[in-house]
Amino acid sequence: MHVIAAVEMSRLGIARGDRSLFQDLDARLEAGQAVALTGANGAGKTSLLRALAGFIRPAEGTVRFTDAAGAEIEAETARRRIHLLGHLDGLRPGARVRDELAFHAAWLGGGAAEAAVERLSLEPLLELEVRKLSAGQRRRVALARLVAAPRPLWLLDEPGAPLDARWRGVLAELIAEHTAAGGLALIATHEPAHGLARTLELSV
Amino acid sequence: MFGLANPQRFMAFTRPLVPLLWAAAGVLLALGAWFSFTAPEDYQQGDTVRIMFVHVPAATLGLGAYAALGVSSFFALVFRHALADAAARAAALPGAAFTLLALITGSLWGKPMWGTWWVWDARLTSVFILFLFYLGYMALRAAIDDEARAARSAAVLGLVGLINLPIVRFSVDWWNTLHQRASLIRADGPSIDGAFLPALLTMMAAYGALFLALWITGIRTEVDRRRVVAARARAAAGA
Amino acid sequence: MSALTQLIRREITGAWQGGGGPLMACGFLACAAVLPPLASDAGPGALVEAALPITWLALALASLLSLERLFERDLDDGSLDLLSLGPAPLEAVVLIKALAHFLANGAPLALAAPVCAVSLGAPAGAAPMILLAALIAGLGFTLTGTLGAALALGARRGGLLIAVTVLPLLIPPLIFGAAATAQAAGGGDFGPALILLIAYTLFALALTPLAGAAAVRAAQG
Repeated sequence: MHVIAAVEMSRLGIARGDRSLFQDLDARLEAGQAVALTGANGAGKTSLLRALAGFIRPAEGTVRFTDAAGAEIEAETARRRIHLLGHLDGLRPGARVRDELAFHAAWLGGGAAEAAVERLSLEPLLELEVRKLSAGQRRRVALARLVAAPRPLWLLDEPGAPLDARWRGVLAELIAEHTAAGGLALIATHEPAHGLARTLELSV
Repeated sequence: MFGLANPQRFMAFTRPLVPLLWAAAGVLLALGAWFSFTAPEDYQQGDTVRIMFVHVPAATLGLGAYAALGVSSFFALVFRHALADAAARAAALPGAAFTLLALITGSLWGKPMWGTWWVWDARLTSVFILFLFYLGYMALRAAIDDEARAARSAAVLGLVGLINLPIVRFSVDWWNTLHQRASLIRADGPSIDGAFLPALLTMMAAYGALFLALWITGIRTEVDRRRVVAARARAAAGA
Repeated sequence: MSALTQLIRREITGAWQGGGGPLMACGFLACAAVLPPLASDAGPGALVEAALPITWLALALASLLSLERLFERDLDDGSLDLLSLGPAPLEAVVLIKALAHFLANGAPLALAAPVCAVSLGAPAGAAPMILLAALIAGLGFTLTGTLGAALALGARRGGLLIAVTVLPLLIPPLIFGAAATAQAAGGGDFGPALILLIAYTLFALALTPLAGAAAVRAAQG
């Protein structure tokens, strides 16, 4: 098991269609770091996260994942070590919360579903259908997979947007615990209030 | 060949080529038409045999254009080259037009020969299905708004179509032999008298030149269109 | 429970519930089968010859109708991304989705097909062969249709698009399947047709995961 210890972007450029979002991005993310990804609307925050997760092929430049010994991890292997939490929660509206949670935990390779339920206080929601949940509740179910299936690299796209103050606090705690345990996190956000030490700014 | 994959070099190389191809197509078409009308009447079919000079090359080119589309799709998919995608896209419309021409002339030919506009003969049916392949490809391109996505999905479909085409043809031939209806066209086609060969070959060459002219013009137009779109996007980004 | 079993379970549940599942597909088959006799001017007896063709036409159409949401649903709610980040390659995910869809739609349709054909006037003795051919061809239809559903991701009017792109590709299994049942009904040799049908379905089994995964990746990028 190669744990991702660093992500290195060099001269990275991403284009959507014929429009170039950004070019020549050099950045490095290391174990234990949580970095806020900021930038104006349309600067390419979501695209950068999706490119790191392997969904978008960069127009130029490279992304390298390395383990603790500095050896390169293949992109396909690295994908199995990544959590990507986008604007959509990845929950099937007609399914029960319990089933979706069990599926996410098993599919993403974790056995800590109970801990996740407890951490995000999902117990009263378990028997409900996903469609019955509020946006904030759905986001909590989605965040539960970060706890249930431990993976070293978290790519979060405005994870706090639907959450209230209390759960934003819990989210900040989760991120802090993750990095304290040697994890990496890149978090697209408009409010640098997650207590993140560093910022990666995308400018047009 | 890969040198031409560079759009700049492709544009520079084909600029003088396009008028030549159009001229060749025009001359060959005129020559082919003259041969077609001066060729002797067929002892069985009479004058209607002349439809063959329009029909057979159209059917061949319809198939050839799909091969061009499929191979271009393969290159677009594997090497992700924009020019290959433009080539696949530009082959679709002329290919469909040739196939439709083959269907219409086949039907016109069928009326005097078979006494009906359409028979479910294996070859005609295959050409008809080829036309459906073109329709599906063009429908897919038209239905996806995001151009980059449309290009990649269309490339997958083009390649899948290329792989499936022989299978579909085989199944239709097999179906035809199974039913053994009074077949008026032999499996190897009507035997062609030597007197028809000059007309047929000239028309074949004319259609080939015409397709190349249409195809390359189409690719060039597509490359130009993308440059305009890119320039507009740059201007919008700078504004 | 292993990740793959979980995925299979989720897909089958989804296929069974989403879009009406087997009930809707079989309902469509019944509707499509009842229209030709009513549209025919020549009286009910005249369609006996056409019983098998009508059944095959209805089968092919019914197997495509419910495919529209197969991937689109996952794209809309974001779970398609999750499926790509799991332990299995996307090719395996596409195959599992196709097989689950077949279990929820193709297999029930195959069960309904002999009933449909016999009630239209096909000999009852051909029913077992109709069931067998409809099962094998149905798997071929579903696999090829799955590819169409992946290609239509992100398209406007995806359902119609799937039909236009996929129906020409369904011609071989339609021909082979229909020939096998016609031979069985007429007391002929159905062997060659059945073998060709199986060969096509195996071909689709190999092609769909590869091309389908490529199409899904195109939609995600």
